[in-house]
Amino acid sequence: MSQSVLYDAPGPRARRRSLVISVVAGLVLVGLLVLAGLRLHREGQFAPELWSPLLWPGDEQFPAVWRQLGRGVYYTLLAAALAITFSLVIGTAVTTTRLMLGRRGRMPLVVLVELLRGSPVVVLIFFAGKILPAFGVDLSNLWYLVIGLTLYNSVVIAEILRAGVAALPRGQAEAGLAIGMTRRQTMLVVQMPQAFRLMLPALISQLVVIVKDTSLAGLILTGPDELLRISERVFRFLDNPLQTYTVIALVYIVVNLLLSRLATFAERRLSTARQGQPVTIDKDAAQMAANRELGGAGGGAGI
Amino acid sequence: MSVLVDNFDLFVGGFLRSLEIIAYALVGSLVLGTLLAVLRVSPVPPLQRFAAFYVGIVRNSPLTVMLFVTAFVLPELGFNAPFFWLGILGLVLYTAGFVCEAIRAGINAVPTGQAEAARSIGLTFGQTLQEVVMPQALRSVVPPLGSVVIAMMKNSAVLGVFGVGQDLLSVGNRLTSAQGFAVTPVLFGVLLGYLAITLPTGALLSVVERKVAILR
Repeated sequence: MSQSVLYDAPGPRARRRSLVISVVAGLVLVGLLVLAGLRLHREGQFAPELWSPLLWPGDEQFPAVWRQLGRGVYYTLLAAALAITFSLVIGTAVTTTRLMLGRRGRMPLVVLVELLRGSPVVVLIFFAGKILPAFGVDLSNLWYLVIGLTLYNSVVIAEILRAGVAALPRGQAEAGLAIGMTRRQTMLVVQMPQAFRLMLPALISQLVVIVKDTSLAGLILTGPDELLRISERVFRFLDNPLQTYTVIALVYIVVNLLLSRLATFAERRLSTARQGQPVTIDKDAAQMAANRELGGAGGGAGI
Repeated sequence: MSVLVDNFDLFVGGFLRSLEIIAYALVGSLVLGTLLAVLRVSPVPPLQRFAAFYVGIVRNSPLTVMLFVTAFVLPELGFNAPFFWLGILGLVLYTAGFVCEAIRAGINAVPTGQAEAARSIGLTFGQTLQEVVMPQALRSVVPPLGSVVIAMMKNSAVLGVFGVGQDLLSVGNRLTSAQGFAVTPVLFGVLLGYLAITLPTGALLSVVERKVAILR
């Protein structure tokens, strides 16, 4: 809500009151920040030598820290890109299959989707990383991570797409069938592309979730040098948890904000209204519509 | 599968511990999230910006990083508490951002005329929010809020990896790595435990949703 309707009507008294509250609230917030800053200063957290490997090109560790961070971003994005690609493909396949099967026939698939959707991503990555090797499948840790993420996200994306298909006007599918397309052609050529566009906001927030989920590998697997695992090395340079995790969090936030910005741009280019006029879909409303449609044990907001 | 039967009490203990974590985190994040949502729609710009900033940070960084901050950075700054509570604090701080967004979406879904009508009969901001907007918003917000809650339940597994307490995932982890039990049955047991939490909650939420839905 850019302009809150709950605002006071802009009378002079209300404006004065709003100003007073603003100033007080601002002072409180600034005061809290200053207190925290003072505390950090007393602890010596602002000492330049603690930050110099990050900020000071003269420091011999400077390039090393940034090389590590770059490596972390690379692996994080690589794992996320692989997981996203697989999840989109498998998710589309799952939705198409599910919608084409009869009530009886889709039962096993529905059960599988519900089970995967209801289980934590961490546990699924554990599954991939521990059970596959037990069965003699020997892959690099990057692939275990990708498999774990794909297991979870493909069914989540499948459900998002299903909500999108359900939101389409019935006439679209009827028209496809009426001109002699098969069920599968109708699904893939008529319904899916529209569902993708309709659910773009929900899909995009799921993609950001995938990027964030890659950080779980840092806890579970000893392998892919994704961003969080890199924090151990950055920790070695900075030798201080505050600095290390501030930096790592900032890198995640920058990466994800850039991705969301890119996604918003794509959304504006791709989303079209029925009459062919561009529309901007309200993110919250679309997410709510998706959630209302989905229900069940999923979870729109992942970790 | 005998691992499951032999260590049943361990699994039950882990299950209860997970439920305990979830219960605390649920209360904390709902309260904090609602507060943040109120800040975001409040008529006071600094509060709005503060809440927006907070939500932006939380939604774009992983839970794991948040947990690292509460578990390792807070003690460094002199905020000492048992690891269990630090972990829950991290989960609460993280989930609250999503709760805030869900509730704010609900507030936005209430027709503008409702708030305008309330204001025009002389209710204050607080009264409008409390008496008119929130009751409607909260009812329409059950499905997205439900997803956030279920996501939080699943996220509590991450605390297990951190070794916050003897919760479900860490029990499984200990059985497989320390005591060398076969991985497959143990992990299936862990998964069953989490499904036993999330699936009924999902079913319950859809019942609640059908009960409180408003036809617009």
